[in-house]
Amino acid sequence: MKKSNDIRREPLTDTLLLMTITICIFLVMYLLAMIFLQGGFLHSQQLFDLLNDNASLIIVSCGLTIVMIGGGIDISVGAVTSLVVMSCVIYLNKGGNLFVSILLALGIGLAFGLVHGFLISYLEIQPFIVTLAGMFFARGMTTILSVDPQKATHEGFLKLQEAKIEIPWLGYTAKNGNMIPARMEIGVVVALTCVILVFILLKYIRVGRGFYAMGGNQTSSLMLGINVKRTRFISYVLSGLLSGISGYVFLMHTGAGNATNAAGMEMNAIASSIIGGTLLTGGVGNVIGTFFGTLTLTTIKKIVVSSGLNDPWWQSITTGGMLCFFILLQSVVLRQREKNKKTN
Amino acid sequence: MMKDKLRKIAKGGLGQLAIPLIAIALLVIFNLIRDPGFFVIGLSHNNDGNLVLQGNLISIINGASELAVLAMGMTLVTAACGGQDISVGAAAAIAGSVFVKTLKSGAGISGGKVFVAFLLACIVAMIFGSFNGALVAIFKIQPMIATLILYTCGRSIAYWINGGATPTVSSPIITAMGSFIPGIPIPTPVLIVIFMTILFKLLFRFTSLELFTQSVGINGSAARLNGINTTFIKLLSFIILGVCVAVAGSIGVSRLGLINHETLLLDIEMDAILAVAIGGNSLGGGRFKISGSIIGAYVIQMLTITLYAMKVSSTDVKAYKAIVIVILVVIGSPVFKEKFGKFMNKIRKGKDGYLEKGAEKA
Repeated sequence: MKKSNDIRREPLTDTLLLMTITICIFLVMYLLAMIFLQGGFLHSQQLFDLLNDNASLIIVSCGLTIVMIGGGIDISVGAVTSLVVMSCVIYLNKGGNLFVSILLALGIGLAFGLVHGFLISYLEIQPFIVTLAGMFFARGMTTILSVDPQKATHEGFLKLQEAKIEIPWLGYTAKNGNMIPARMEIGVVVALTCVILVFILLKYIRVGRGFYAMGGNQTSSLMLGINVKRTRFISYVLSGLLSGISGYVFLMHTGAGNATNAAGMEMNAIASSIIGGTLLTGGVGNVIGTFFGTLTLTTIKKIVVSSGLNDPWWQSITTGGMLCFFILLQSVVLRQREKNKKTN
Repeated sequence: MMKDKLRKIAKGGLGQLAIPLIAIALLVIFNLIRDPGFFVIGLSHNNDGNLVLQGNLISIINGASELAVLAMGMTLVTAACGGQDISVGAAAAIAGSVFVKTLKSGAGISGGKVFVAFLLACIVAMIFGSFNGALVAIFKIQPMIATLILYTCGRSIAYWINGGATPTVSSPIITAMGSFIPGIPIPTPVLIVIFMTILFKLLFRFTSLELFTQSVGINGSAARLNGINTTFIKLLSFIILGVCVAVAGSIGVSRLGLINHETLLLDIEMDAILAVAIGGNSLGGGRFKISGSIIGAYVIQMLTITLYAMKVSSTDVKAYKAIVIVILVVIGSPVFKEKFGKFMNKIRKGKDGYLEKGAEKA
């Protein structure tokens, strides 16, 4: 008996458990959609469309996961995305340089991140209030820039927007016999790169481990010699920077700036992180889970639309219902584990 | 007694009310410099022929009514649970829809019917509040996440109740609720806020709710060991917020005479949380002062009206609001206070040192 105890495998950590549940649910849901709804779900293009449409949401969710692991919150991400889209469109339409517009996007994101980080970590103001102010500011600035929708007309940018990565062996044959390759936008590559980079940061880099320590227990991590203030500062800077990138990806997808762009994105991003197994209390989370959380959330919406429930209110009611399910599931699973730990 | 109090205030002992009061004072001074006639209050006849009070100050106090009512409930939730309810705007849309739906059923609108409609709205809002509360108190989910569910689907439920339409209600009683009761020059929403404030005061005076809420917020497990039912207190805070939501929703509906599920009290959850924070309450729970939150609500409204008076368009107001909020919270932050205090001390010492040196030279 003793021996079997010794070689018992290390149990899954909370993060991994929640992430595994999410991935399983995503796969099951997608398979069910394939079986019952058929249609688009049988083509691989559906999956790529899912990625194409939500590349910016994935990027934003990565940033939010970092902040949430550190025990904070950033609700300005959607508004910053919208501001970046609008300012880049206006800059490009005035005959700006393509490369400079990318720098502009990164700069705006970084500036928001720096200000948030400074106010939250060095002046110790509640993150909710600071990022709420950031959200108000970014939304207000967007409408100050332009109330009317702006369409990008810059030639270089249009070329960049049109550029798509084609994967011939994943395509499908259209009705007229032509082979249509699966198309993936550049934004998806950017998003996947962001996910991988954030994964490496959180897993193997000192600062990344610091986020977990800080979110888990601030006092202990301070005693362990982690510079808590700087770590928190970095988490918000990263979130801001990722919002900037997301803005540019959003622009590459839509090609136009609008004052209502990315409305409610922050809540979608928070929901994605939660579905992916990140806890708002901090210390628990995984960016791969977030990635699948985003896919799960958007797949639900797609399934609702393709099963014929076209009324706009069905989408949000089912999203709310699924959110409720995931949140309750997490709560029950985590509590059960705690009970098991205690009895062991 | 009075002298002690005054001395305390003079020493800067206003405590958490200092920030909102300073903010109001700054806004008043700014407005007086900008336009001395800004706060003029006049008596005039409105369209219905009533003698009513009019002026910027009245529109500030009147316009902040919904926000003030919501801020009261939000303070309680924040204090008990250490988190915020972000679904109040959506829940108010649901409550407003129920209110209108009941009024529209059957012909004619009587006083009794309005009362029944309001009661129904209250009950529905309390049910949704207890749903949020159950998630928070029983399933131990962070409040922001738990209320994210209703935030996502609340307005769609309101849409479903109305069948997608934006029905209007026109009745002298509803008009009286939204603007003025004939013969009383004070706007009715303001009277409702005063009534709610008194209700909360009585609640705190005659029950131990305030003490219990604070102890649950400061240390839940310690409160539980002391025999306080923490689950019930948390649940109760959400149910009380539900009542506030129904009141705010009904005021909002009466003001316009119609229910628009998309725009009714849009984004008010953020303003309500902001009001709580400006009122000096910790968003992490624990000690709280409802009066601070109410003043916070008026600060926000005064800021908005001031910006409108300065011809800032309604969509751009947010950007300027953000700047003022940041300035306010920076001034209120403990680190800034400490640094500023040290800086002032240095200046004082530096002056003294300079004087001493000067004296030596002489």
